[in-house]
Amino acid sequence: MSQLSVDHLLGIKYLKAEDIELIFETADHFKEVINRPIKKVPSLRDITIANLFFENSTRTKLSFELAEKRLSADVINFSASQSSVKKGETLVDTVNNILSMKVDMVVMRHPNPGAGVFLSRHIDASIINAGDGAHEHPTQALLDSYSIRERLGEVGGKKVVIVGDILHSRVALSNIFALKLLGAQVKVCGPKTLLPKYINSLGVEVETDLRKALEWCDVANMLRVQNERMDISYFPSTREYTQQFGVNKTLLDALDKEIVIMHPGPINRGVEITSDVADSKQAIILNQVENGVAIRMAVIYLLASKIKK
Amino acid sequence: MSQKVLLSAKEINIILHRLACQLIENHLDFSNTVLVGVQPRGIFLADRLAKVLREEYGIENIVLGYLDITFYRDDFRRGEKPLEANKTNINFIVEDKKVVFIDDVLYTGRSIRAALTAIQSFGRPSEIELLTLIDRRFSRHLPIQPDYRGRQVDAINNEKVKVMWEENDGEDIVYLINK
Repeated sequence: MSQLSVDHLLGIKYLKAEDIELIFETADHFKEVINRPIKKVPSLRDITIANLFFENSTRTKLSFELAEKRLSADVINFSASQSSVKKGETLVDTVNNILSMKVDMVVMRHPNPGAGVFLSRHIDASIINAGDGAHEHPTQALLDSYSIRERLGEVGGKKVVIVGDILHSRVALSNIFALKLLGAQVKVCGPKTLLPKYINSLGVEVETDLRKALEWCDVANMLRVQNERMDISYFPSTREYTQQFGVNKTLLDALDKEIVIMHPGPINRGVEITSDVADSKQAIILNQVENGVAIRMAVIYLLASKIKK
Repeated sequence: MSQKVLLSAKEINIILHRLACQLIENHLDFSNTVLVGVQPRGIFLADRLAKVLREEYGIENIVLGYLDITFYRDDFRRGEKPLEANKTNINFIVEDKKVVFIDDVLYTGRSIRAALTAIQSFGRPSEIELLTLIDRRFSRHLPIQPDYRGRQVDAINNEKVKVMWEENDGEDIVYLINK
């Protein structure tokens, strides 16, 4: 296969396993490119990309912008806090105004789940979902699986536990879809209040004892507690959360194997992960960030190759 | 569709030796020269030439790399199918080196145009030369000519030159195919 089956990247659930394989193979080439003395290729000279961030982001926004620039695309940035959205403009109007400036592709982060899907029905441009509420964050899941593949050789057959706030996490949902599609076994681990009610319908198992989960897995993906999405209290105290679901050196040293530790960032040091673990060789947190640029270059390149001019 | 043999295995072998000698004439001991095979099809010729230079002319310090030009092409999104990338394998800096591009067929010159841009990501070469097995001389779109050529061919546009290598296609042979 040399072409994606989709015209937008709205979520992992719309992808086939072959799409992910193609993205990974393309990312391999871009990873080589971004390690050259000159890290830029001219492929997307004639493409203009708008980064629309209706919600705060540091790493994802920088990563997308860098990926776009390394491909030589023209880039315009927009963040909701400094825009006419505050004056009452609708999403479709905002985006159509931007598209009138001849933009070919839109990278969007939005607080509402399904914002990308909604937009794809109303406008004529390729859309990449950079996170929509607690729904999906496809490029994060792709770079997570890519990082597992890089460290362990393949994703199929590996045991991955996702620890923490599953309920509010788009990273968790996209990761579950991607890992299942690639043939990994997935467990989730966290306080019962932070696990979605119908989690079993996604084909994942639930483990509420972190020690048991770590003994079972090859990879542990530690998520951040998303205080900003919590309207009520889901656990008694941060201290209690850390005691039950925080990973630390003592816990890892007690295992009879060395597991891979991942974190999508931003890290709350001392809450879900201690500093000595986050900075250890077991952790591939910074590899994930590097791979993020290569994965996003691959996604943008493959989607851009489907734009007809 | 009809095809005729342009070069046999024996002729290819003779040409390889001639090209190797011409390279030696200009580059002597290759101390400041790097050979760069252009992906995907130029790498077989590059491998072969490096082997001849090493084994038959005793040149030990051959530096050989592969360059993929996919992301530098000017026909991105123009073709029916998207372009598939190949592996770039250049683990040296070309700064102030003499670079010899090696490709099997020189046709429109667009691949070499892309290669000239691509190689700049690895430094500024002191000079760049082009070696090609087959030169389709009346088909150029750009002012690019080879410095070393195996055979010049006056093929017309609906004809195709197909270079096959033993290690990849089972035999050394060059066909001219009339579509």
